[in-house]
Parts: sequence; C-alpha cells; structure tokens
Amino acid sequence: MNSLILGAATRVLVALLLLFSVYMLLRGHNQPGGGFIGGLIAAIGFALYAIAQGTAAARAALRIDPRDLGLIGLALALLAGLSAALFGDPLFTGQWWFLGGDSGGGGDGGDGGDKGLPLSSVLVFDIGVYLVVVGAVLTLVFALEEEI
Amino acid sequence: MRDQGSGEGLDAAAGHGDARPALPVWIGWLAASVPAVLALLFAGQVPAVAGGEPLRLSVDWVPSLEVRLSFLLDGLSLTFALLISGIGAFVLLYSGAYLGGHPQLGRYYLYLLTFMAAMLGLVLADNLITLFVFWELTTLTSYLLVGFDHASAKARRAALQALLVTGAGGLALLAGLILLGVAAGSFEISEIVASGDLLREHSLYLPILVLVLLGAFTKSAQVPFHFWLPNAMAAPTPGSAYLHSATMVKAGIYLLARLHPALSGTEAWIWSLTIFGAVTAVWASVLALRQTDLKLVLAYTTVMALGTLTMFLGAEATVAVAAAMTFLIVHSFYKAALFLIVGIVDHRTGTRELGRLGGLARAMPVTAAAAALAAFSMAGFPPFLGFIGKELKYEGALAIASEPLLVASAAVLANALMVAVAAIVAVRPFFGPRPAMPKPPREASLRMWIGPLFLAVLGLSFGLAPSLLADLFVQPGVTAILGRPEEVKLALWHGINLPLMLSLLTFALGVGIYAVHQRLRAALAAAEARLPLTADRAWDRLLDGLKTLAAVQTRVLQNGRLTNYLLVVFVTLALALAGSFLVFRDALQLPAAAPGLLPREWGLLGLIAAGALLAAGTRSRLAAISALGVVGVGIALLFVSFGAPDLAITQLLVETLVVILLAVLMVRLPGFGAVASGGVWTRRRDAVVALALGAVVTAVLLAVVAAPFDRDVTAFFEAASLPEAFGRNIVNVILVDFRALDTFGEVAVVMVAALSAFALLRGGAGRGAPK
Repeated sequence: MNSLILGAATRVLVALLLLFSVYMLLRGHNQPGGGFIGGLIAAIGFALYAIAQGTAAARAALRIDPRDLGLIGLALALLAGLSAALFGDPLFTGQWWFLGGDSGGGGDGGDGGDKGLPLSSVLVFDIGVYLVVVGAVLTLVFALEEEI
Repeated sequence: MRDQGSGEGLDAAAGHGDARPALPVWIGWLAASVPAVLALLFAGQVPAVAGGEPLRLSVDWVPSLEVRLSFLLDGLSLTFALLISGIGAFVLLYSGAYLGGHPQLGRYYLYLLTFMAAMLGLVLADNLITLFVFWELTTLTSYLLVGFDHASAKARRAALQALLVTGAGGLALLAGLILLGVAAGSFEISEIVASGDLLREHSLYLPILVLVLLGAFTKSAQVPFHFWLPNAMAAPTPGSAYLHSATMVKAGIYLLARLHPALSGTEAWIWSLTIFGAVTAVWASVLALRQTDLKLVLAYTTVMALGTLTMFLGAEATVAVAAAMTFLIVHSFYKAALFLIVGIVDHRTGTRELGRLGGLARAMPVTAAAAALAAFSMAGFPPFLGFIGKELKYEGALAIASEPLLVASAAVLANALMVAVAAIVAVRPFFGPRPAMPKPPREASLRMWIGPLFLAVLGLSFGLAPSLLADLFVQPGVTAILGRPEEVKLALWHGINLPLMLSLLTFALGVGIYAVHQRLRAALAAAEARLPLTADRAWDRLLDGLKTLAAVQTRVLQNGRLTNYLLVVFVTLALALAGSFLVFRDALQLPAAAPGLLPREWGLLGLIAAGALLAAGTRSRLAAISALGVVGVGIALLFVSFGAPDLAITQLLVETLVVILLAVLMVRLPGFGAVASGGVWTRRRDAVVALALGAVVTAVLLAVVAAPFDRDVTAFFEAASLPEAFGRNIVNVILVDFRALDTFGEVAVVMVAALSAFALLRGGAGRGAPK
C-alpha cells in the first residue's frame, strides 16, 4: 500500500507497539496483560509494518522466519514446563527465584519489593506463549500478503 | 516378490551414491557384543531358573492405572531371551559383512538393536500393558527393517502391509488384554495365569479369547493373515533371519504359551488353535513347494512352523506342549541358520533363484557343511535335534484328545513337505552341476559363516545330549506354559513304536515329494494362477476400497465452499443446543426477569445490534468489515464494563487483527466494492439460520447464568494466586501456572493451525524463500 502518511506513521507506531508489547508481557502476572496479549500487540505491529512497507521489509525487520519464531516459542514453553522435573516437582510446576532479596520465603511475594527481582520458569513459559502468538499470526499475515 | 531373486544387499549398496564413509568393521563387533554379553548373562541364570526359581523385577510405572514395569524370568521367557540375544549376536555380526560398505549400515545396526531390546522386553514382561507396549515396538521396528531398502516400492509396500496387518492385530490385542486384566482383576501376568479357572467361567471369556487370538494370529502369520510374512522378505536377509524366522513372528506363539494357563482348555481354545494351526501348517507347506526363490521357500516353511506350534499349543497334554517347546527351539536353530546360509549364497553368487544355483559345495565348503547340518535337523534325521522334535510331535499329536487323527495327519504331511524343502534348500544349490551364476562363487568370510555353523552344530549337539536340553529348557518351559510342575524327558531312541513308524512314513513321503517336486511346482503354479483371489491380492483390493471410500466421503464432506461449511456448522450447533435445551429443560430455567443492566451497558448492546444489522444489510465489503469491527469492539467494552480487562484487551486485539487480515484479503479480491449478492432465497436462508443460532445461544446463556454459580474454583484461585504463584492477575496466573499444561496445548494448536494454513496458502510449494 503506497501511502506516505501510513509509511511515516508506521515507523513510530511499530516501535511503540513493540515496546508496549514487552511491557504488557512483563506486567502480566500482576496487572492485565501477559504473553497472549503482548504477542498479539507485537504481531499487530509487524502486520502494520508489512502493510505499509511490504512483507519483504517486514520479514527483514523480523530477522527470523515467523514459523521458526513460533516453534522456538513452543520449545521454550515446553522447556519451562519440563524444567520442574529438575527440581523434583510435577511437570509445569512454576519455579521461582528472587534475585537480590533476603530469601525469607513466604509473605507478600510478587511486588519484588522486599524479595528482590522475581524470576521464574513461569516467566519463561509466558515468553514462549508470546513468541508462539507472534510467530503464528505473522506466519498467516505474511503468507496472505504474499500469496494473494 | 518371487522375481526378486537378486541380492538386495548388493543392489542397495550400489544404488545409494552416498559419499559417506563406510562404518569401520569394529563397530559391527561392538554392536554384536551387546547381545553376546546379554546372552551370557541370561545363560548364567539358566541353573537357577531350571531349578524352579524364576527371577522377578518390578518398578512402578503408572501406579494409578496398575501399570507396572514388571519382568519375569521363568523357563519360557528365559528360553526366548537366550534365543533372541544369542541369535541376535550372530545376526549383527553377519550384517556387518552382508551389508559391508552400505552407507546406511549404522542405521541397520540401530534398527536391529532396537528391535532386540523391544523383543526382550516383550518376552520378559510380566504386566499386560508393559507386554503390549513392547509388542507394538516390535511391530514398529519390524516396519523399519522390512522397509530398510526404502528406495524400492516393493519393500515399502511390504513394510506397510506388515505394519497394518500386525498393527490391526495389535489393536485387537490391546482390547483383549484390557478385558483380560479387568476380568482377572489384575494386570500382572503371573497373577492372571493363577486365576485360569475364574477366567474360563467369566462372561467375558469369549471376547477376550477372540481378541487375543486375533493379535497372536496376525503377528504369527496364521492363515488367513499369513500373506504379510513372505512379503516381509523384502528386508535384508539377516533381518529376515532374525525377525521373520527366529524371533518376532514367534511373539504370537509366545503370547499363546504365556497365557496358556489362563485361557486354555476350553472347547473354543482347543478348536480354534488346532484348526487354524493345522490349516496354516499344511497350506504353507504347499505354498513353500511352489516357490523358486530360496528365501521365499524358507519364508513359507516358517509360516508352516508357526502353524505347527499353534496347533500343539491348542492341546493340554504335557507331551504335546513339550513337543511345541522343543520344536520352537529346533526351529529357531535350523531356520535362522538356513536363512543366513541363503543370504551367503545370495551375497556370493548374486542370485537365490533355485534354477540358477548348483554345485556350490566345492567353492563354499564351510557354508555347504553348515547347510547340510541345518537341513538334516530340519528334515528330522537322527541323531539331530530335529528328529527328537519330530518324534515328540507325533507322540504329542497322538496324545491330543480332541482330534488326534487330524493333528497327526497334518503333522505328517507338513513334516514330509519339510523333508522335501530341506533337500531343496540344502541339496539343490550345493550339489550337482554348476550353472553360470551372476558372480563366480567363493567362500564367505568368518563373520558370515560362524553364525549358521554354530547354530547348525548346536542342533546336532543337543540331539546327541537331549537330556541336557530337556532339563535346562524344555521342562522349565513346559512348566511355565502349563502353569504346573511337569517332568519332561527327551531321548533319541524311543524303541519301535507308532511315532517311529510315522517318522519312516514321513521320510518316504518326503523323498517322494522331492523326486517329483519340479513337476509339482509347475502344477501348483498353474493352480495358483487359476485361483480367483489370493490373500495378497485381496489385501490390495481392501486397501484400494478404503482409499476410494476416503476419496468419496472427502468429496461429499469437503466440497470446498466456505459458505456450505459455515452453514453446516451453524445449523448443527443450533440444533445441538436446541436439542440439549429440550432434553435438560428441567435443569435449565430461563430467568424470570430481565437481567439488570446499567444504562451504558444498554447503550453498548444497542451499538452491537446496530453493527450486526449494518453488516447484514450493507452491500459494501468495507462497510461490512467495519460493522463487524464495531460489534467486536462493543463486546470488548462490555467486558470492561463487567470488570474483565484481560478479556477485553484480548478481544480488542483479536478484533484489530481480524480487521487487518480481512482488509489484506479483501483489498486484493476482484470486485472489492460489493458483497457478492446471492439470490433472495439464499439471503433469507442465511438470515433464518443466523437468527435461530443467535436465539438459541442467547437462551442457553441466560439459562446458564440463571443457575446458582458455584464459586469454589474461583475462590480457590483467588486465595491461592498470590501466596502460591506470586501473582495478582488471576487470569494470567491460571494461564501460565495453574493451567500451564492446557495453555501449552493451546499454543501448540495455534502453531499447528498457523503452519497448516501456511501450507495451504503455499499450495505445497515447500519452504521457499519469500517472494
């Protein structure tokens, strides 16, 4: 689509959308958001870019085939789920680590305030979901754009 | 099959222009050492097991389903385990020479070793489910081995046929084993065999028997399922020797023997095993005479042996079961040896067509000696083990209470044909004038002849020392099969009695058949050509019919018009919902009053309705898409109003994506401007369906909401979300933590759907570079 306005606006919009998508992904555990929503936002950003600049440019910007991206996400989610086995828990049990805090355990988790930076296999799982959504949607959008 | 008389190992080696370096020879020795060590370990257990002390090992696998990885080493399983590991060691060694330089030799070793592991698991398993898992693994590895020469369409067909026939039998077996476990109240085989009396009285006995026999008969190639086994000779010869003579095809026999104490003794058991076994034995010996390809001759005699074993397992008499057990060992020795010898002949001369072979004894003395020893055992000459096996068979046949005449005459006929076949296999290629062969013959290497020679000598040694075999293997085996302590004595000389007379009759018949076998073969070939339908051709028709049926129903169901698909889906959904509403009308009550909504929510409803009406009424595509977007956004705003921000965001984003996708599509469609206008009646039909579905869904939702809501689950998530999963957003915590497995399934589906759609769009053009 040859629209100067769309083309110029897209550059700014896509950057914002991608940033916003990561923000949504990371806040998801405590606020509305999460991997699904974040992935959808990022996918919309790239879809917009593909409409404005063409799929070749969008593919170049993505740097990786969306199918590979989705499959990497799927593998990441699976590994996050399997990682529980390393700690002797049933599959897909969330594993948590709090960096930099006093490892007291219990109490008011989740803020990151007194317990340090929360890292978890759950976050890895959510990132996997994010990548799957981006990969799957973009696989479709790019293929539609190119084929029809 | 029958024109495939050339050495497939050599063809395959030449056919793959693969530049991969050949595997070093020591890999073959290493691979062969695995089963050799196992065989020694098993041999070390022989004294204890023969002394009546079976070994047990048990690990919980899926305790909630009573599935245990339990293993039992008794007389029966130890005999099998020794045959599997011992013959396996020779076969692996042999393969290294037979397929020497083949680019996929490593893969072949892998298949063989995997198969061996599966087969060992099968015979050692003491749990029905464990046994079944290994059973299916042998089917799969057999598929890989038969189809090893995957460039040949014939091998692929044979592999698929073997897989489908034995796989279908496996399904029946699974059902039978589950019923058996339920009826016996345990899935542990050693507990099941102890409750035979209970099982024979059980109302499920007949279904269990039919299903188990289906599994055993398909695996062990009983008529009418015999046709896959000769076709499976498409496998490289060492694989055929291993799977299709010595081990895998005996899995069905093993199953019958293992479940003998639990299921045997009824009329149904005796008659089905006796009749199927006898028919298989006689029919297969006739077919064996008809072949000209050495390997196929042996394949059909294997089917004959399997029939004989089945026939004898139908009996209750100790001597009949002892005959089965002895013949099982005899057969494994001479048949594996003869298969390997045929492989040597094929490898060294380039053909295994009977008409083109002769006079090889001078060029290949060791092979000829091994062939002669094995053939003597096969024909049942004294003092070979085969003689003892045959005498025992006659004794057993005469002891069978139900139908001694039928069994004995089937045994005599089958044995006479075996004498003839033994002569054909061992005399014809090695003696007489030597015709021109594709390659000048020369002796095989040690790695090739050591196995057949060892096995053939074993047949002679056990023949000379029969009491050793009886004490160490036959008696413990018979004890395991009958489920009660038994005493079995084997001897070379029984005195002049009826079995000996039958033996003499057998030799006379056999020699007579050999004398006229060329004319007999021609007559059989002519008769076979006149047969309206062989099992193999019937199989092809069955598959063709299945494919035609699939094509027809696909044309009917998948006619390619999206409107039709949607119409069918919506009408079905509306009818199903309306139907359930009628069926459960007591439980589903519509609320008496309209739900209380805020003014802004009424406004949103108005917006949604307006959008829907516009989408239905407009003739402009762009307007229709936008109107649908309005509906979606309205619903998202409703979610916000009801306090579900996650849902609202997702809905909004999905709406956005849908609009983008539709826009991408629609812009490029011809005639973008207007919605294609169907006839007036089409529109009215669509309107009726849409309204009906909408009305039904609304009614069901209202009724569901009116029912009292159980908050237990919600309350749990609300309470557990923060302390256990460290998250305040319950929706997301459920998605990524409490129900992460579900989410994983969903994202996998999303990815598969995207890849499938991609493949559809690309029209199978493959993973090309973006245009």
